[in-house]
Amino acid sequence: MATSTPTRGAHGSKPDRRAPKAISPGRQAWRSRLWRFDDKASPYAYIAPFFLVFGAFGLYPLIYTGWIALHKVEMTNLDQMEWVGWENFSTILQDSEFWTAVSNTFIIGVISTVPQLLVALGLAHLLNYKLRASTFWRTIILTPYATSVASAALVFALVFRVDGGLLNWLLSFVGLDGIDWASGHWTSKIAIAVIVIWRWTGYNALIYLAAMQAVPSDLYEAASIDGASRWQQFRNVTIPALRPTILFTIVISTIGSMQLFGEPLLLEGGANGAQGGSEHQYETLSIYLYNYGWNLLHLGPAAAVAWAMLALLLLIAAINWLVGRVTRKSAA
Amino acid sequence: MRITRTVAGRSRRTAVMATTGLTAAALLLTGCSDSGSDSEEAADANGKITLTLADFGQFGYKEAGLYEKYEKANPNIKIKVNTTADEKIYYPKFLQQLNTGSGLADVQGIEVGRVKELVDTKADAFADLSEAIDTNQWVNWKSLQATTDEGKVIGAGTDIGPMSLCYRRDLFEQAGLPADREEVAAKVAGGWEDYLKMGEEYQKKAPKDTFFMDSASAMYNGVVSSNEEQYYSKDGKAIYKESAGVQAGWDLAAEAAEKKLTAGLPQFSDKWQAALRKGTVATVACPAWMAAQISTYAGDAFKGKWDIARTPGQTAANWGGSFLGVPAKGKHVKEAMAFVKWLTAPEQQAAVFKAVGVFPSNKGAYELPEVKEAKLPYFNDAPIGEIYAEESQVIPAAVLGPKDGVIKDTISTQINNMETRGTSSDDAWKAATEAIDKVIG
Repeated sequence: MATSTPTRGAHGSKPDRRAPKAISPGRQAWRSRLWRFDDKASPYAYIAPFFLVFGAFGLYPLIYTGWIALHKVEMTNLDQMEWVGWENFSTILQDSEFWTAVSNTFIIGVISTVPQLLVALGLAHLLNYKLRASTFWRTIILTPYATSVASAALVFALVFRVDGGLLNWLLSFVGLDGIDWASGHWTSKIAIAVIVIWRWTGYNALIYLAAMQAVPSDLYEAASIDGASRWQQFRNVTIPALRPTILFTIVISTIGSMQLFGEPLLLEGGANGAQGGSEHQYETLSIYLYNYGWNLLHLGPAAAVAWAMLALLLLIAAINWLVGRVTRKSAA
Repeated sequence: MRITRTVAGRSRRTAVMATTGLTAAALLLTGCSDSGSDSEEAADANGKITLTLADFGQFGYKEAGLYEKYEKANPNIKIKVNTTADEKIYYPKFLQQLNTGSGLADVQGIEVGRVKELVDTKADAFADLSEAIDTNQWVNWKSLQATTDEGKVIGAGTDIGPMSLCYRRDLFEQAGLPADREEVAAKVAGGWEDYLKMGEEYQKKAPKDTFFMDSASAMYNGVVSSNEEQYYSKDGKAIYKESAGVQAGWDLAAEAAEKKLTAGLPQFSDKWQAALRKGTVATVACPAWMAAQISTYAGDAFKGKWDIARTPGQTAANWGGSFLGVPAKGKHVKEAMAFVKWLTAPEQQAAVFKAVGVFPSNKGAYELPEVKEAKLPYFNDAPIGEIYAEESQVIPAAVLGPKDGVIKDTISTQINNMETRGTSSDDAWKAATEAIDKVIG
């Protein structure tokens, strides 16, 4: 960085402090103390707004949710809170539906995240070539991301409909019977994964593209002088350079799939959607939480689910971090 | 802080709003525009008062032109309405508003499956309507539903759902069954067992791709609704596991599923609507408000081909029906009560009946020609006013419980699993009781 930039804009530059001749020693000491205080405290003042807002709208609800999780609270009477300790947690942990939701969330997460990131990587690689109207293509792949979950899910709900759905209509041309997508255990999960993949692939591709463009071109030049093919360059130059970015997208996608809500809710809609299918075949943790709180009106267990989700996320993050460390070490 | 990818707060709300599913676009619009209505100042410079009304589904006031009529008769009042299509989305929001005391409309709709819960836990939050309205006007079991032990009335009865049997004349004829409503009623006079027997007969000679009934859960609801004790005992205990009505209804539903007399369509779902449009179901267990649903979804193509007969066994049963409540903390409690009184008076209930076919709970309306002489052209001029009014008076005063609505839905889901997934009766019952125990929790 340019060394001539004054450290604290309006207050002038450091030499000022070392030119005390006209000022009395006492005043000088006061000033320098003020300077030092400013130096130390200002950064905190600058970032304080974020932490204040975070405290009010992030931390407080989080802790309050934890408080609720230890009580018996009904939506019908929020003022009445009865202390029950860990009972809500043991209730949900003993509920087979909770474990169904955990495994559904996990399965849908995997079958949506893995293909999504692979396709995004490929797309980013293609977009990284010199193309005509490259901005146009880059914008186009981001458009699914710009649509709201609700509208995307509703459109796909029409695509996956049993009766007169687009997909079954296409299947009928090949002579196949229509599939009741939403009622099957695997088909419903696949349908939801398709919606997620459709919405998020472009977004991830753009992140990869940005990272790819930061890779110094001399690396590629050197590689091509050494006779590396495009594929070899991709594998041995691009992917290693993208490792931190890939890890980032994995974390983000994991959090996203943990919070999967709109897509399963709207796939069938109505009463079935609100409980993740008639046999909970596509019930995710978020739906389970929603059903407990807003359909059964028991807020205690619902809050416990929220905390269980947080714990699961932290667990996954820890695993991610470990894997990241190990791979970085083995790469080095 | 939250790196929310799928659903951030706002889109989640829109998403929830949109579950209602039927008319996606319209719903998204209402979902986005429903907030902030209470911030509007109540009375403007001319002393004009804005009364707000929040309801769900189809109350029929708009269709009957009642809002305009009331505004015309009371020039100082302006009415603003906020309708949520799905009651399952309306109710939790309503509860939250009752808890916080903000965002409430001056008049709020209450579904019968929820009224007991509100009577038990939230009676303080409502104005006592018995101060303004003579509750003896309603069929007696209806007024009891919204009355607390101390005699406070939290909701004014709007419609009720006396049961009948809706059936397709043309399909019955093709299957060699009688088409006349008296003959149909006579054939099932022995009760719902007879109804299943008729179903077997139908299915033998049934026109291709048609089913005798739309869903066994509709029949189940019909059976349970004719009992005084359903899911709760008089002293407030959940007794659904022992309840005779539930047992009878469940067994009949299991039998229907096993004999494949049902199309297994969850009522009001897209599939159900599509089946009505294609005309592939021959009978629907039919509370009064169902007739309006059938004519809406089945469309003009089947006009006059439907008919209405008395329920099997001529049992008197009520399924559904709503109330209008006035939150005590509203800005215009007095005006709101007057408005509710007017809306639930005989003339207005009769007008709503004429417009959308939901049946009045106000006995006074039964004497009015709009009800008494009512015939539904769509249902081959069935004399519905006569059929329902006669039945309404003898419906048993059912014991309601706080979770009736959710219990009913849970059991319906499992009945549907028996029909469409071939789940055994035992497994489905186990799943249902597990889920219900969670509800009662």
